[in-house]
Amino acid sequence: MHNATLAELSQALRARRVSSVELMRLFLERAQRLNGALNAFITLDAERSLAQAAAADRRIAAGQAGALTGIPIAHKDIFCCKGWLSSCGSRMLSNFVAPYDAHVVERLHQEGLVTLGKTNMDEFAMGSSTETSFYGPVRNPWDRGAVPGGSSGGSACAVAARLAPAATGTDTGGSIRQPAAHCGISGLKPTYGLVSRYGMVAFASSLDQGGPMAKSAADLAWLLTAMAGFDPRDSTSLERPAQDYTRELEAPLQGRRIGLPKEYFGAGLDADVRRAVEGAIDRYRALGCEPVDISLPNTRLCIPVYYVLAPAEASSNLARYDGVRYGFRAPEYADLDELYRKTRAQGFGAEVKRRILVGTYVLSHGYYDAYYLKAQKLRRLIAQDFARAFERCDLILGPTAPSVAFDLGAKRDDPVQMYLSDIYTVSVNLAGLPGLSIPCGFGAGGRPVGLQMVGNYFQEARMLNAAHQYQLVTDWHLRMPEDCR
Amino acid sequence: MPLTPADVQRIARLARIELAEGELAQALAQLNGIFALIAEMQAVDTEGIEPMSHAQDLLLRLRPDRAAQADQRAEFQAIAPAVESGLYLVPKVIE
Repeated sequence: MHNATLAELSQALRARRVSSVELMRLFLERAQRLNGALNAFITLDAERSLAQAAAADRRIAAGQAGALTGIPIAHKDIFCCKGWLSSCGSRMLSNFVAPYDAHVVERLHQEGLVTLGKTNMDEFAMGSSTETSFYGPVRNPWDRGAVPGGSSGGSACAVAARLAPAATGTDTGGSIRQPAAHCGISGLKPTYGLVSRYGMVAFASSLDQGGPMAKSAADLAWLLTAMAGFDPRDSTSLERPAQDYTRELEAPLQGRRIGLPKEYFGAGLDADVRRAVEGAIDRYRALGCEPVDISLPNTRLCIPVYYVLAPAEASSNLARYDGVRYGFRAPEYADLDELYRKTRAQGFGAEVKRRILVGTYVLSHGYYDAYYLKAQKLRRLIAQDFARAFERCDLILGPTAPSVAFDLGAKRDDPVQMYLSDIYTVSVNLAGLPGLSIPCGFGAGGRPVGLQMVGNYFQEARMLNAAHQYQLVTDWHLRMPEDCR
Repeated sequence: MPLTPADVQRIARLARIELAEGELAQALAQLNGIFALIAEMQAVDTEGIEPMSHAQDLLLRLRPDRAAQADQRAEFQAIAPAVESGLYLVPKVIE
């Protein structure tokens, strides 16, 4: 049952072959048994989860169930869940029990999905390895000496180890796609503005977007249908009619043009990842797609631009953590200024402080034009690269990350090396486009490889279609780590 | 031009983050590494390019000037570090 798709779980629940409480017990048992080794969850609360599951069973009994009613889902700890610790992986929020639900949580709850727990993450989503969490690093279920990727590493690990059928994640520079790739699961970052960020702790507001993480593209389509939608409480939420993202899953791919950016296959890409991705492209060719060589000439600027804009926005967003209204407060201080300085020194971890300092500097008097404004101009060039590319192709394919998951600790003390692992993902956030990652093989050490797909704005249904068709003829997404059985 | 220890002290003061003596040297080295990475931007000519602040060209929505949120002061203050009589407490700032 822990390998079942969401469609199978939905059928089993509605045919009363299993109850939501039974499903929840099954996944809670797995999560409790394996979490000691994997550290995928910050919070498990069996009593609360089982009470929600019992309520879902009553809805099913009353004939008021939606397609996903009764299915457990894990939420990244960046999402506020009423009554649950919502720490964002930080000491700063290590006592923050959310007084309200995030829009995404509210929508999934209305649909009848049941909260299975809160997943571990890089502190304030700043990281590519889930090693910066106040609650300790997450392990990769395929190789416990490797990182799971980040920042949604707990969600990716939980789905890969089959501790949860599905999970939520957020993606500011690759934080859904890169951990999905490293853990051998499927993850989607929607078009900027498609999923409301109300109740999702802000990191870099012009880039942040929430999305689903699951075993397959079809599962992602079900989840996105439930998550996406207009919310007046998020000023960037787009007013668009609701959509069924499963509607195009079965369409044939004949004649679809897939763009292969030459910059994504150049120096810096590991040979094992290249082999797996090229194998996937051959599959797409066999499915009737037509590969097209394209260029995204400003790719090399993406990391510099991202690491100006994201810290700048973070330094502004994280100014709210001052020890006054909620969260951590330093135990000792002489005056108000010291209360702020000590609270922030003790409440934030090293990477978060580093980014706040970078952001503060690039926004400070005399440096704004040279850094922030310059980066915003280059951002337009990066977005224009994609616009030109989509005149010649329908989808872009490439690697999600330049290597398979690296060893735990390998890049922990070297921020620049850590940042460079985001090379293929940050551009998608800068342009605001939808991107997804699906498993396409294994590389060195038996660690999974992810295939990244980028679509034009609002092309999620067609992307999920293309990912699903690939998964119909491959079985990478069905594999699970041996020692998590 | 690399940052100096005085630059880092100034930024930390602006960001309201206390840096211990021992942290300063490491922060300086790592920030300089990050700024060396960022420096690549400066080589590109961006004359005449409009800055892009957002992924979508959004117009800010307007709403009627009406109270829409329910009063949740009690819930919000229940999780505050220090409150009294409905007020958030901070160290005295005016003698």
